[in-house]
Amino acid sequence: MIPSIPQPLSFRAAYGAYVALFFVYLVMPLIVVAVFAFNDSMFPSLPWGGFTLDWFFNPTEPRLGLFHDRRLLSGIWTSFYIACWVTVLSVSVGINNAFLFERREFPLKNLCYMLMLLPLVIPGVILGISILVFSSTIANFLETTIGLDLEFLRPSTFLVVMGQFSFISTITTLIIAARLRKFDTDLEEAAQSLGASKLAAIWTVTIPYLKPAIIGAAIVSFLMSFENFNTTLMLVGSDQPLTIAMYSRLREGSTPELNALSLLLMAVSGGLALLSVFVQRDRN
Amino acid sequence: MNMQTASRLSLILLLAPLVLWLLVLIILPHVDMFLVSVHEKIAPRVYEYSTANYAAFFTEPLYWNTFMRTAMMSIMATALTLVIGFPVSYYIAKMLRGRFKNFLFLLCLVPFWVSELVRTFGWMILLRESGVISGLLQSLGLASQPIEMLYNDATIMVGLVYTSMLFMVVPLVSTLDSLDDSLVEAGYDLGGNAFTVLRKIIIPHAMPGIVSGCIVVFMLTLGNYLTPVLLGGKDSMWFTQMIYTQFITRFNWELGAAFGFLLLALSSLIVWSGLKLSRQTLTEAVG
Repeated sequence: MIPSIPQPLSFRAAYGAYVALFFVYLVMPLIVVAVFAFNDSMFPSLPWGGFTLDWFFNPTEPRLGLFHDRRLLSGIWTSFYIACWVTVLSVSVGINNAFLFERREFPLKNLCYMLMLLPLVIPGVILGISILVFSSTIANFLETTIGLDLEFLRPSTFLVVMGQFSFISTITTLIIAARLRKFDTDLEEAAQSLGASKLAAIWTVTIPYLKPAIIGAAIVSFLMSFENFNTTLMLVGSDQPLTIAMYSRLREGSTPELNALSLLLMAVSGGLALLSVFVQRDRN
Repeated sequence: MNMQTASRLSLILLLAPLVLWLLVLIILPHVDMFLVSVHEKIAPRVYEYSTANYAAFFTEPLYWNTFMRTAMMSIMATALTLVIGFPVSYYIAKMLRGRFKNFLFLLCLVPFWVSELVRTFGWMILLRESGVISGLLQSLGLASQPIEMLYNDATIMVGLVYTSMLFMVVPLVSTLDSLDDSLVEAGYDLGGNAFTVLRKIIIPHAMPGIVSGCIVVFMLTLGNYLTPVLLGGKDSMWFTQMIYTQFITRFNWELGAAFGFLLLALSSLIVWSGLKLSRQTLTEAVG
């Protein structure tokens, strides 16, 4: 079953057809979402009503276009705001953890490493509710003891950022640590023997070396945050991020405006994906 | 300041974010959730230690059945993802070379970059009564009237397998990639047929990839919310949906926390037994 071992033609053809079918399965839902963004009809379904750009640009109800829909646009803004915070926080913690685990020895290091991986095997819904429960406990405690009502500890954008940060940090740590592991520490020592302080050596030699991994981790955490649903659902406050706003539209049944939005999302995440591939290539 | 104090200080500074993160966002919340789950509301704002929430889970058939159903369907989805994804991974890893191989591998990653919401939306457009597949079947004369393909278990399964595929294919391709062709050739030279080579050489070699793929897929499926709810409709009976109902709709946090803990226990149990079966540690499987 490798190219150097002859196989009957029928087997090869069947195998190739299976793989081709698999890729059809993979891209089909994405293609129909994109195509129906241009359907000149009130529903994203058959019959095909002809081509239109209304679902992007039309300014009035009932055929409200995406770029005039205040609710969805504010959802995009909320998600963007959350994703920026999550990216900054989890990339910083990721860099920090990478140095901690790759460079230092300390008691209980293995236990800490295992705990660091744990968020990856906890379902997102559970992360969400546990943070919700804990922050409410703190808020209730502060309210009953010192009469302080901290609004941000109730479901809010702050809690959404915390919830997403809690597991995205693991991923940024893994990405950055993998790159740091390959770094030749002799280079840092050379910088130090040429008169740089330890911090200056890290800043001018190690961090530039880590840059592809840092950018890659930033892109991944931005996208994971932007697209997160499970954890966000449990912690969301009055400002709805895009995924939550889209979800409620989807349940109500929606116009092809949602297809237009999906197409936009696909284009942006596709662009970011290409960018991260480009950055990764720099790595080799 | 001497070297040793400086080194200790920098270690503390490096440890602080990690400890803060794990303690405040992971460990304490889960401890608190457990504490809430063993309380019962006996009057407004009055709570008492009790195991009533767990008792309710075991005595109320709806809860128990939903839990078992979610577990069974997740196991099935994991198995299907493995069976469907393995030949494709093998094809990419061993049958192809060069640019085309890289291209197909990247194509496998595409759905990951697209939000799960968009992917599920795509399946809804394909499968609904006025959807693409129903329309296609009618125009081919295979169906005389529109067919509703949403809101049943098979559809949930299609969506779950679709969403999970990437997490199976990536670890499989990377372990199969490291299999030396000469081992497969040697298997044939020694008289093995395709089936024995697969069973004795390829699968044992791919085992670490199979295990880490299955663990991640199972866990993601168990904790999935969107796919079962959107593709399965109101009666999808998925356990995460039940947790959501208790927390947000019924505002019964004690029962919801108990449910959350049970789901976490099941997921951890499966992850742990998967690791034990394959003699791996968590660090090797996901790290």
